[in-house]
Amino acid sequence: MAYKRQIDRLPIPPADAKVQNVTCHYCIVGCGYKAYTWPRNKQGTLENNAFGINLGEQQPADGTWLAPSMYNMVRQNGQDVHLAVVPDHECVVNSGLASIRGARMAENRPSRVTGTQQQRLSDPLVWRNGVWQPTTWNDALDLVARVTAKIVNEYGEDELVVSMFDHGGSAGGYENTWATGKLYFDSMKVKNCRIHNRPAYNSEVHSSRDMGVGELNYSYSDYEVTDTIFMIGANSLETQTNLFLNHMVPGLRNGAKFIMVDPRRTVTVNAAEEVAGKDNVLHLAITPGTDMALFNALLTYIVDNGWTDNDFIAASTFQGGEAVAEGSSQPAGLGSLNYAMQTCRTSIEEAAGICGVDAADIVKAAEWIAKPHDDGARRKCVTAYEKGIIWGNDNYRTIGALVNISLATGNIGREGGGCCRLGGHQEGYYRPSDAHVGRPAEYVDQLLIKGGGKVYHVWACDHYKTTLNASQFKRVLKKRSDMVKEAMDAAAGGTREELVDAIVGAVNAGGIFVVDVDIIHSQIGQNAHVLLPACESNEMNLTSMNGERRMRLSERYMDPFGNSKPDCLIAAGVAQHMEAALRDLGNDAYADQFKGYDWETEEDAFMDGYNAGNPEVTYERLRAMGNNGVQEPVAGYENGQLVGTPRLYADGNFDRHGRDDKKALFCAAQWRGYAAAGKAREAENHNFFVNNVRANIFWQNQFLDQDSDFVQDRFPYPFIEMNAADMADLGISAGDLIEITNENGATQGMAYPTDTAKRGQVAMVFGSPAGSQGNVVNPGVSELILPEYKLTFGNVRKLADAPPQARAVSFKSKEYKA
Amino acid sequence: MSNKCNRLVDVGRRQFMRGGAFAVAGAAAATVTSAPAQASPANAQLDYPSNRLANIADLAVNEPMDIEYPDADSPGILLKLGEAVEGGAGPDGNIVAYSVLCPHKGWYLTYSAEDRSLNCPGHFSRFDAEVGGQQIWGHATQNLPQFTLRVDAKGDIYAEGCSDLIFGRPSNVL
Repeated sequence: MAYKRQIDRLPIPPADAKVQNVTCHYCIVGCGYKAYTWPRNKQGTLENNAFGINLGEQQPADGTWLAPSMYNMVRQNGQDVHLAVVPDHECVVNSGLASIRGARMAENRPSRVTGTQQQRLSDPLVWRNGVWQPTTWNDALDLVARVTAKIVNEYGEDELVVSMFDHGGSAGGYENTWATGKLYFDSMKVKNCRIHNRPAYNSEVHSSRDMGVGELNYSYSDYEVTDTIFMIGANSLETQTNLFLNHMVPGLRNGAKFIMVDPRRTVTVNAAEEVAGKDNVLHLAITPGTDMALFNALLTYIVDNGWTDNDFIAASTFQGGEAVAEGSSQPAGLGSLNYAMQTCRTSIEEAAGICGVDAADIVKAAEWIAKPHDDGARRKCVTAYEKGIIWGNDNYRTIGALVNISLATGNIGREGGGCCRLGGHQEGYYRPSDAHVGRPAEYVDQLLIKGGGKVYHVWACDHYKTTLNASQFKRVLKKRSDMVKEAMDAAAGGTREELVDAIVGAVNAGGIFVVDVDIIHSQIGQNAHVLLPACESNEMNLTSMNGERRMRLSERYMDPFGNSKPDCLIAAGVAQHMEAALRDLGNDAYADQFKGYDWETEEDAFMDGYNAGNPEVTYERLRAMGNNGVQEPVAGYENGQLVGTPRLYADGNFDRHGRDDKKALFCAAQWRGYAAAGKAREAENHNFFVNNVRANIFWQNQFLDQDSDFVQDRFPYPFIEMNAADMADLGISAGDLIEITNENGATQGMAYPTDTAKRGQVAMVFGSPAGSQGNVVNPGVSELILPEYKLTFGNVRKLADAPPQARAVSFKSKEYKA
Repeated sequence: MSNKCNRLVDVGRRQFMRGGAFAVAGAAAATVTSAPAQASPANAQLDYPSNRLANIADLAVNEPMDIEYPDADSPGILLKLGEAVEGGAGPDGNIVAYSVLCPHKGWYLTYSAEDRSLNCPGHFSRFDAEVGGQQIWGHATQNLPQFTLRVDAKGDIYAEGCSDLIFGRPSNVL
């Protein structure tokens, strides 16, 4: 039976509760919340309380309500205080709506009083005498720095491998990306680094940027006034929940059409049909990985019917044929529309065959995107895409082919337009140049698998749950890490110098020394040697921007758990100890590169980085801008307000590629079938397409949710959506544990019968601690080392009858029933 | 409260049970007045009213009956399912009762007899009436508040408690 909280009353925030601004640190939408804190021995009354309403009355729909998940008791300046984190009705992003993720921010805080999130790391841990031993920051950082310094000093910085976040919100943020960036890209020039969700240090949307179009160019309000929402490979009701509910739904109510391109029918399609009516929703359930052929046919049809925005094309796009030739680091040529059309030209019939959808539906999509209104006025269309093509087949050309459509129809930089990725985390990138990394960047997972690297620093990444080719990655990293653990065990009782020598000896024999900075002891952290405890947003002040570039300061309302620290101050500690260690090694010049980290607070890191490049922006000014913040880029400071930019490229000048002419480029997107190594063969040799999908109830790889009774009760095992006829053929019942296998490995989950699932297609939730979908994703990547998690094929078999936890859950359709 | 869906219950079967109203007012006075200057003992759990909702004979399978519990401002449904469910009351273990205010934003849920689910027309959340009100999919951070039922020898069904906090109130008993 369903999990019951058995909570039937809560403390009431008093009228004098302290109120602070919170931007939800989970998804990219960044909903506004208010955090109320008040002393443990105080409470408000029904009539007199922080909400200013009579709580003795039943509140109406959409009224203010403190749900049990929005409440906790936490430490603030050393005292236990009540905490309530409730959605902000005044924030334009969410207008008082809370998601199933954000509404759990309070209960996902670590609390010694209520016992929540006791998995959080409170102290540095060092592998010592065969177990994890808590220790001081000085002791842990000294070991990290002495080993790291010895390696980079003697063998060079290419022997230091780094995995690090590049985003905002939970982990990351401008403070933390700056500090880690300064450490690895300024004090050092570390080339062998990768980002949390991909095996190299690179953009996920290279082609859009090369075409001049930054990938977050609109305002969320554009959805409310557009004629058509064109969504590809995304599931916004699940993953950008309040963007869908608070901006796309009003757009649909205002008459917008909705086009979804996705092999799978999702709750987003269902909800769009409920709001707009089925006649105004078009779901193109294409063959996986064929998006580019569809986009090319749409572009061709739009061009041939004269529905292009010729004034825009003439004024804002390149006119002289080829501008950038295809080359070793340039997967496709770029240039004028006519130049691109020589490659992109695709008939409707050709695309219908490749994509497996009706030709009439492709024509309908083209009309909804670009056919002028009856009075001749141009159509407005917002194009929104995410992992379906970012992590899909042939990333560069596919995204380029999509941006082509928006450029040809003049739908960038204008109200009701935009061509944007929808995003996962918030953004919050501010780092020194990464030009030394190169393009294509090093494929770091393969480097590690082949025995490269001697020291590995990991920042808030758990690749064991989230990387591709995860089975092999885990096997190799564990083996290499264990070599160092054994050497450390053998050196027990010796001096620090003897320990460092033992570690260096082990890494020179093929081992690797792993330092993991995280908020919990993660799966990859099991194979680390030093764990450094970080804190989260609101345990520190943190700045980030959302998917419409809205920057906010999310304020610290509680203390970091135990002795954990902001990542930026951990990075500063690493740098300071590196300086000392290098000086001890007699390399003063190298040591001097690690100066400039004398920060006391996260605000010091912000001032050293973001503020140095954006002098108008300070904590004080951001605090005054509240939960509505300011949309980047910040254009100035006038009348006590930061002045933002609602929409990029409103002047028709495109500059993301850095070209002096500020002309956007079209992409010569050549359809080549499944482009990455091994994908076509894998598709031929297996029975199921294995989709990699998300669920709104989980945040990313469940690093906090794995400790939530509410969440784990719903999905005790990772769900694998599957057609009932396929299940029957394989003797699988609802809730049975099933295994997906292919040449790369195996993973397991719980069969979830799904009437809308196509035969031969399963959809497995991404990043589960109880079954990594990445185990069965092959190592094939695009030219610029973008992983193709979405394009996976495997066989399915039953492992076991449904366990008791699985038998107790609902297996009904996720789709709303009126 | 204007968005209540009339499809919530077959209109011909609509019943409103108001027997507990006085008990509710009494409980509210006892538990949530402002703190007195001098400490006084407070009960460690809420005193819920015991309200008669219906008799088993009034219920037909898969036809929900409107109820109000613990007071008139808290709408719910009483439902007889086709088979026994965990947590079901009555001799056949098949009677359940839930709040119908969505624990996301307080919209009235509508009952789908087709798959015995409760659905929110505001934001598309869904709850399974056969699995203790588990959220099938949605935005709420708890499952549906389920009312504790007792069935006496005559077949009279009483509500006497609630598993989770009801939307829009700081205490289930106001």
